[in-house]
Amino acid sequence: MDLVLLFFIFVLSAFLGLELISKVPSQLHTPLMSGSNAISGITIVGALLATGSESEGSLGMILGFAALVMATINVVGGYAVTDRMLQMFKKKGK
Amino acid sequence: MEALINLAYVAAATLFVFGIKMLGSANTARRGNLISGVGMLLAVVVTLVDRSILSYTWILVGLAIGGVVGILAARLVKMTSMPELVALFNGFGGLASLLVAWAELEKIRAMGWGPYEQLMQSHPMFSSFVIYAAMLIGGVTFTGSLFAYGKLSGKVSGRAMVFGGQKAINILILLAIVGLGVFFTITSDLAVAEKVFLVAVALSLLFGVMGVMPIGGGDMPVVISLLNSLSGLAASAAGFVIYNNVLIVAGCLVGASGLILTVIMCKAMNRSLANVLFSGFGASSQSVGDDDDREPKALSVEDAYYVLEAARSVVVIPGYGMAVAQAQHAVKEMAGLLEENGAEVNFAIHPVAGRMPGHMNVLLAEADVEYEKLLEMDTVNPMMPTVDVAIVIGANDVVNPAAADDPSSPIYGMPIIEAHKAKTVFVLKRGQGKGFSGLVNKLFVLENTNMIYGDAKATISSIVNELKGAQ
Repeated sequence: MDLVLLFFIFVLSAFLGLELISKVPSQLHTPLMSGSNAISGITIVGALLATGSESEGSLGMILGFAALVMATINVVGGYAVTDRMLQMFKKKGK
Repeated sequence: MEALINLAYVAAATLFVFGIKMLGSANTARRGNLISGVGMLLAVVVTLVDRSILSYTWILVGLAIGGVVGILAARLVKMTSMPELVALFNGFGGLASLLVAWAELEKIRAMGWGPYEQLMQSHPMFSSFVIYAAMLIGGVTFTGSLFAYGKLSGKVSGRAMVFGGQKAINILILLAIVGLGVFFTITSDLAVAEKVFLVAVALSLLFGVMGVMPIGGGDMPVVISLLNSLSGLAASAAGFVIYNNVLIVAGCLVGASGLILTVIMCKAMNRSLANVLFSGFGASSQSVGDDDDREPKALSVEDAYYVLEAARSVVVIPGYGMAVAQAQHAVKEMAGLLEENGAEVNFAIHPVAGRMPGHMNVLLAEADVEYEKLLEMDTVNPMMPTVDVAIVIGANDVVNPAAADDPSSPIYGMPIIEAHKAKTVFVLKRGQGKGFSGLVNKLFVLENTNMIYGDAKATISSIVNELKGAQ
């Protein structure tokens, strides 16, 4: 993909991110952070590609595998813990 | 096929955007989290059908291990340990980005530059640069988060650690990292490049530790959100390494949102980010205000009960001490009894109370305290003079009047919850020691302040018993 296009995407998403978050009430800062932390585990996609290709030699595979485990913990754990937090925020029995 | 995969990535990125948007409102937050999770699942599934993936065995094993560990950690952790768990997950994300960058370097070494350039249609210098960047940010995030985890969980001292020449050492490390980075980017000798890379990995890991070391426990909300931002940037950099748009978008969204939270936290303390990161706040025991020879007055639980029983309005100001004592359920019970007794009870939440942004909100939500009763600083301060009793539970700096009236105090100018304006103040505290920042708190010696020493949970429970006994 064209490099300039990627930079274009990068800059636009930075502004989008700033715009999305700036009005969030402080009550929700923790789940928001934990949720976005889970999203940062998107690096799992890179780890999948690294683990799944055999062109990298065995060291590359091992590194990719380790990356995959780490990223999966980040993603799965992050979403689960955020959900657990948000469960408590819902209104109870009203 | 390629176009289809990219379209699916765009869809995943869209789901992330919607997910984050919905996380911004209490009513939709849980669904928002689910939607962004669906986006993640979509990205993973699409990647798995990518034709360049050849072997699935290890992928499935890796997903299984990571999934089980993640689920178990998230299910078993106590709510009060939430900040350190988030820090730990964050560190894993950073490490994953570092490893992805490293794996890509190995791929280049196995293929040689020529074929790699053709495959990725990229310039070697650009590839080297982004590989280095992803490694560096990921490495700093990893050890920085681990160290933050250690501080939060009490495995290492939460105090700021400062030693002579620390800044000089940090600058040297930074220079070395930059120098190696320039060399790594320019050189086309892959054998040398790998050695340089390994040294740089070690330096980035060291830099993460050195960076978090001088930051004291009270500044942890800032550090945690900054590290969160970095983990996003690391993922984004890894996206540039493998030319993948979903990594770039999602990583950048996280980077930007983490940065916003960081800025909000800094504003709440009226300090600049540089000040938080480099000042070693609270490392030296401050002597400011120590000339005050007034002694804090201690109060028994029974006497506190009589005052509370007569109170018409009560404001609870929780801090990290409430989390440590796990007193949130007892606090909720006390609030309920006081309300039955005819008092109006509210909770005043300072933005940086606790160890991560919004820490107190999570704890009080766990104890079923109604959302509407959690008041932000700006709402509650004008009410303070009409409040009969302000109960400070394990909070220190966020109620220290020195921030408002003592220009020589290091926290001068920081917005605080004005507990000292209440008619009566109860401070629940374990001992006479100073708070996390090491600052003397003038609130404790004021005329209208009474100290109730002891574990916050035990104290509140005895008040609850007194209140029950009276009914």
